[in-house]
Amino acid sequence: MNVRDQRTAYGETLVELGRKNPNIVVLDADLGKSTMGCLFKQAFPERHFEMGIAEQNMMSAAAGLALAGKIPFAGSFAVFASGRAYDQLRQTICIAGLNVKVCGSSSGLSDFGDGSTHQAVEDIAIMRAIPNMTVFAPVDDLETEKIVRYMAENEGPMYLRVNRNALPRLTDEDTPFIFGKPYVMREGKDAVVFAHGVMVKKALDAAEALTGRIDVKVVNVSTLKPLPESEIAAAADGVRGIVVAEEHSVIGGLCSIVAQAMRGRGTPIEFVAVQDEFGTSAQNYNELLEKYNLTSEAVIKAVETAVGKAE
Amino acid sequence: MDKDLSRLESIAKQIRRNIVRMVGVGKTGHLGGSCSAADLVAALYFYKMRRREGDLKWPDRDRLIFSKGHAALCQYAALGELNVIDKAEFDRVKTLGSILQGHPDMNKCPGIEANTGSLGQGLSISMGIALGKRLDKSPARIYCILGDGELNEGQCWEAAMAAANFKLDNLVAIVDRNYVQATDATERIMDPGDVEAKFRAFGWEAWTIDGHNMREIVDALDKADTVKGKPAAIVANTVKGKGVAFAEGKAAFHNGALTQEQYDEAMAGLE
Repeated sequence: MNVRDQRTAYGETLVELGRKNPNIVVLDADLGKSTMGCLFKQAFPERHFEMGIAEQNMMSAAAGLALAGKIPFAGSFAVFASGRAYDQLRQTICIAGLNVKVCGSSSGLSDFGDGSTHQAVEDIAIMRAIPNMTVFAPVDDLETEKIVRYMAENEGPMYLRVNRNALPRLTDEDTPFIFGKPYVMREGKDAVVFAHGVMVKKALDAAEALTGRIDVKVVNVSTLKPLPESEIAAAADGVRGIVVAEEHSVIGGLCSIVAQAMRGRGTPIEFVAVQDEFGTSAQNYNELLEKYNLTSEAVIKAVETAVGKAE
Repeated sequence: MDKDLSRLESIAKQIRRNIVRMVGVGKTGHLGGSCSAADLVAALYFYKMRRREGDLKWPDRDRLIFSKGHAALCQYAALGELNVIDKAEFDRVKTLGSILQGHPDMNKCPGIEANTGSLGQGLSISMGIALGKRLDKSPARIYCILGDGELNEGQCWEAAMAAANFKLDNLVAIVDRNYVQATDATERIMDPGDVEAKFRAFGWEAWTIDGHNMREIVDALDKADTVKGKPAAIVANTVKGKGVAFAEGKAAFHNGALTQEQYDEAMAGLE
């Protein structure tokens, strides 16, 4: 089922939170119509700050708002939120542990038309590397809602990775979001696929296709940091092969997290991820996912390889 | 407020003595840019800023953001005079476990309002606080001290544009215009030109004072209160290393070390 995109869920949830909590404020850098911070602007114009095309100033201003006791959500494209404003995030916000929430919108390859300059394939790596930063990558609109609520209710710097396009809804209102805990979307005993965002559905499709041959567990990892190694190890307990599937560089994201967590255990691990390269323009999202081999077929092949290596 | 200028001048001198004490002998320390701001900081903490004794987190307090975080010694020196920190901490500055880090850390040192040190960010932070305080209808005023070398950073001008755009008349920028940056004169590294005119062009009320004349400083801070509908920028012409004769105007004492003889001479000059 195609439902709301994550960014609409982000904007709508901010409005919901804004009604309850007068301290919620939202900042945008002339991209509010993409981040959907514009919904908050319509509802609470005095609490929405249009910062213009100046992401660095926006991020430091968000720090100031947090210092004044507000709960600022600062949104931009993921590539600018993580890259352009990196120093501001690191120096003022994360060193002091300020209560700033960052929305990295149009993440991964999801801004398919705009090409490499606007596609963030390394934002998770950047954000994970900063001490004190929490990193989330929701799987669908409902999980986005739950995470945005979590961000508003809990103290500290947090980064939310948001997809631009409508993704299938894979959870329901009752699916729990537990901070720091991966969620098993599908049980299986032979192999496990760890994934986040758009790749969770690809993993589920792959698992379905492998039914009868290889029994595949699929795990949605929406909290990328902090993520206890024991959670990864527990989810991988007893399987013969591990696959990590993510719409992100193979460097520094979930692939790195899982490889680090499983080091020394001997279970074969395969990666389905963007290799060490930039994105490019395409006519639609799927075309781009196929070009970068971020498909259920790629996950199937990776599972077969991982399990095969174990035999 | 106490406009006893001679009292403020003597506090400024004590701030400079504290700075020299923290720079110490044989180790590097940001003497120049700390001493150039000493009179401004004395006037802010001991004349202008609203604070509540014993309540550092009072929501309506005025705030000083030291955007030129490398000159934190000046702020530490003043916080010691205010008894917000123990002066014994001066002798542990920049040592392992010290509350007085090389650049200010709000979680380690009481009275520090924001972590600064990566230059160019303090005015944006101040602007954010000012936006938040205005939402709360708080009377708090936000003061931000910037270095003139720091104005090389483009983000300062993003903040200048935004603060005027938001008509933040609870925000005051004070440029410590000491004409020397880390390695040479500002005019030889990156000439900032007419700083007052630049702020004015961005929509600020801006004027220039002698940043070592206490009368001019307190008058400027009072005048800033009267600016409505836009932020105020005070360009304070200063001398790097002011009060330490051999260091005045010299880039070598931006972050240089003092010999024992220099240390003694500096202290003697601040009697």
